[in-house]
Amino acid sequence: MPEAIPADSVGLVTPRKIHFDRPLELDCGRTLPSYDLVYETYGELNAARSNAVLICHALSGDHHAAGYHAADDRKPGWWDAYIGPGKPIDTDRFHVVSLNNLGGCKGSTGPNTIDPQTGRPYGPDFPFVTVRDWVASQARLADTLGIERWAAVIGGSLGGMQALQWAIDQPERIRHALVIAAAPRLSAQNIAFNEVARQAILSDPDFHGGHYYAEGVVPRRGLMLARMLGHITYLSEDAMRAKFGRELREGGLSFNFDVEFQIESYLRYQGRSFVDKFDANTYLLMTKALDYFDPAARHGDDLARTLEVALARFLVISFTTDWRFSPARSREIVRALIDAGKAVSYAEIEAEHGHDAFLAPIPHYRAVFTNYMNRVAEEVA
Amino acid sequence: MRPDLELISDWIEPDSRMLDLGCGDGTLLRHLAETRGVTGYGLEIDPANVERCVASGVNVLQYDLNRGLGDFRDASFDVVVMTQTLQAVDQPNLQLEEMLRVGREGIVTFPNFGHYRCRLQLAMGRMPMSRVLPNTWYDTPNIHLCTVTDFEELCAKLGITILQRAVVDHAHRSGLGLRLLPGLLGEICLYRLERR
Repeated sequence: MPEAIPADSVGLVTPRKIHFDRPLELDCGRTLPSYDLVYETYGELNAARSNAVLICHALSGDHHAAGYHAADDRKPGWWDAYIGPGKPIDTDRFHVVSLNNLGGCKGSTGPNTIDPQTGRPYGPDFPFVTVRDWVASQARLADTLGIERWAAVIGGSLGGMQALQWAIDQPERIRHALVIAAAPRLSAQNIAFNEVARQAILSDPDFHGGHYYAEGVVPRRGLMLARMLGHITYLSEDAMRAKFGRELREGGLSFNFDVEFQIESYLRYQGRSFVDKFDANTYLLMTKALDYFDPAARHGDDLARTLEVALARFLVISFTTDWRFSPARSREIVRALIDAGKAVSYAEIEAEHGHDAFLAPIPHYRAVFTNYMNRVAEEVA
Repeated sequence: MRPDLELISDWIEPDSRMLDLGCGDGTLLRHLAETRGVTGYGLEIDPANVERCVASGVNVLQYDLNRGLGDFRDASFDVVVMTQTLQAVDQPNLQLEEMLRVGREGIVTFPNFGHYRCRLQLAMGRMPMSRVLPNTWYDTPNIHLCTVTDFEELCAKLGITILQRAVVDHAHRSGLGLRLLPGLLGEICLYRLERR
């Protein structure tokens, strides 16, 4: 629990929910007849309605990006380091909207919510959703909130992919796209890691073909393994060495399969605590959305041509030790933007954290982010 | 603005698409965008400079020039500029070739190591230091210094045509003496180049 809520926090926030009745046609060919989206906002919308910023979350993120839900919350929202008064996404200047994506498990319609047609949770029958579907649903959220054009759409990792997709699908509705620690599409290696994570969940006897809600169980072991695997890819080797090395929990080797090395302890803790707050069906859907993301596929695999429609200005950021979505992947995006003649700045941040760096308070990252957002704020003021 | 940047500005056509290699805080790009409608990108490796470029709205790409310009297509820019950077890159010859692959024209400025004061200091047995070369020999980014003659010889060898040359002193004046004895009196050399 924070002693007192810090001065640079957005403070206590309350999620809101909007119900959408207009059917949403999805990439997979199916239609969601109606759905809910849960979101939070921070900072005031100005009279011209020009200062709204959309935050897109990553694989296991949600709408709670900043502030606290209750005074005794142990931790603030997932991007609190970057959203708040005086922070890079300055809530004194911007009206920030952060939502839980469709298929999520934190209140927006997804596998763990009730299918009105059956009266039971969707479970594995929830349709596959793509980054394009998310952008379409986020555009409807913007309509409802009276936001015609975002000052910026911002995201890291899978969130960055949504920002990129926004610039392609809704060019008139986004002034700036901030694409952080992302990639223009997944590599075979990325998909391979996702597949192992999915197999861990699918092969858990408690998975019950995705209908585990009715059985009163959750596929704990599978989801835990998936998360442990994920965490390995979020950290750099250097970060892991610095944080854990070969340090043992007890003084010596115990010659059994209990936790011996600190890294084992860390991974098990991360896995175990994740199981209690995340839904396995959602995890499956999110990894699929990642695998399917490939905006250039519709344009002959030519990313530059794909981006020709974009009207936004871009800031692309990568981190030197990120091997999940390495700087080379971000440079593919930058190169395509240059070829398409778009306005783009690119920062390659020296950081030891690996992929997780996009969440970390790193001075150079923070300065670039702040300076860029200051320009955006001046432009829309 | 640095006077050499003023001189260069006059060499750049309005509305050009430009790439600035080692763009520093983005002054030149910003100036040209405001006065001549020039668009383009600056490449810069120093974090503080990248931050300054972003703050002033210059399109900056945090790239290491020594990695080459592989991310840029042939002839994709009207002009590629490199001010006071050639002497600090790993392989100036390759850098020049890359510049003129990516740009139709190139503009290069560098400190003249053949300036008479440099020659005098060398004659006294010391590595030269001056206003344009302020670093000690053991702690300097300037690892590939050359003279006017050296540079022009390299251009000839690489099949590069010199379209324009200006040689100025540290105050960026260009008097009669400089025109007569550029290799001896020039402190900063400016060249406009194209591939033959």
